[in-house]
Amino acid sequence: MFKKSLGVAALLALSSSPVLAHRFWIIPSTSVLSGENAWVSFDAAISNNLFFANHVAAPLQSLIATGPDGKAVEVQNGKEGKIRTTFDIELTKPGTYKVASVRSMLSAQWKEGEETKRWRGPAAEFAKQNLKGKPELKVFENQTRVETVVTSGEPSNEVLKPTGKGLELVVDKNHPNDLFAGEKASFGLALNGKAAPNVKITVVKGDDRYRNEPGETEVTTNENGIFEVSFSEPGRYWLNATLESEAGEFEGVPMGSRVSYTTTFEVLPE
Amino acid sequence: MNKKTLLALLTMLASPTGFAGEVKLTIEIPRLEVAEYHRPYVASWIQAPDGTVVKNLSVWYDTDMKDAEGEKWLKDIRQWWRKSGRSLKMPVDGVSGPTKPVGTHTSTVPVKVFDPAALPAGDYEVVVEASREVGGREMLRLPFKWDGHAAVDTATQGKTELGKIKFTITP
Repeated sequence: MFKKSLGVAALLALSSSPVLAHRFWIIPSTSVLSGENAWVSFDAAISNNLFFANHVAAPLQSLIATGPDGKAVEVQNGKEGKIRTTFDIELTKPGTYKVASVRSMLSAQWKEGEETKRWRGPAAEFAKQNLKGKPELKVFENQTRVETVVTSGEPSNEVLKPTGKGLELVVDKNHPNDLFAGEKASFGLALNGKAAPNVKITVVKGDDRYRNEPGETEVTTNENGIFEVSFSEPGRYWLNATLESEAGEFEGVPMGSRVSYTTTFEVLPE
Repeated sequence: MNKKTLLALLTMLASPTGFAGEVKLTIEIPRLEVAEYHRPYVASWIQAPDGTVVKNLSVWYDTDMKDAEGEKWLKDIRQWWRKSGRSLKMPVDGVSGPTKPVGTHTSTVPVKVFDPAALPAGDYEVVVEASREVGGREMLRLPFKWDGHAAVDTATQGKTELGKIKFTITP
């Protein structure tokens, strides 16, 4: 059904449509660290199973690491494989570090007979595609943020301050590197820097390869953009929120907006 | 001023200079028949009913490794790390020390580490948490009541990583 060129596969993953099970994730070797100059190794991929690489590697170039002081941290030993990207960062000071892939791009979809065709790329290149007039043509502005955080010593909140662009996790009562089974965690979600109410959030525990049911939990942010998740089991979790809306027109073509946020975190046994 | 208030005042005045009795903590590290054995990292502390740490009593970790490499595994004493370890600068005088071999280790807790005279009356727990490299983890709780003067004598038995644990306050 799909022509599996790398580009198409990556686009499918990024569109975050519920029909498509591909999930983008960045997972650290460990998220809670002690001692000085700790190293963390990350795996990043777009896959069907959490957290097993089985589809497409995450684009290494899109990955940016930020330290507890808000300054960029060097992404080291990076390698983009066929189905998995891997890299390291060194935690030279205490606090919370963030690794994120933040991308905005234009995509388009249209019909050619029964088939849905897709394109994605920079907005400036849309005109060159000569897509105008194609049946059911619609463009989307996609804003995706995929991230994870790790902490050396005491957790800090500097890197978790929203940048004001797209959907972002906001610290409420809990820190994503301080989660334990049997406890309830409360976080906030922001859209363009403002509390995002009534947004559906999907939380999935990793290792879904070893169970038959998908095991998805859905929660919705309240009027203040706050949501709560209870963790009955320790493990690694994946969290996603995607907002779709109409966004007027782009070069005369009807446009939709897709904004998504994805993160992963560890829940430790008590 | 009545007699009772005077007494309370005197107790308060006396507390900074410390407690005349003795606080003892016994931690048994059991012998384990495993292919690869490393001495466990062990932390003990006193906590309030809401789980907040009142005092750290001891932290045993690998203090001999170069470049403080032993601190890398402190986070594996998970609850201790979360509650207080991660906000401490190691080593902590009178509290931290090297890992201990298999056996029963009884130590007197110095007044500078924990002074019962300064502990408000109430319900508390002594918590002992052990974590072993290529091994397991166990956490034990010993509830006790402190009224300011009555002796405390409490003990429990671990199942895997810890043996007998005993805590006493002898006024």
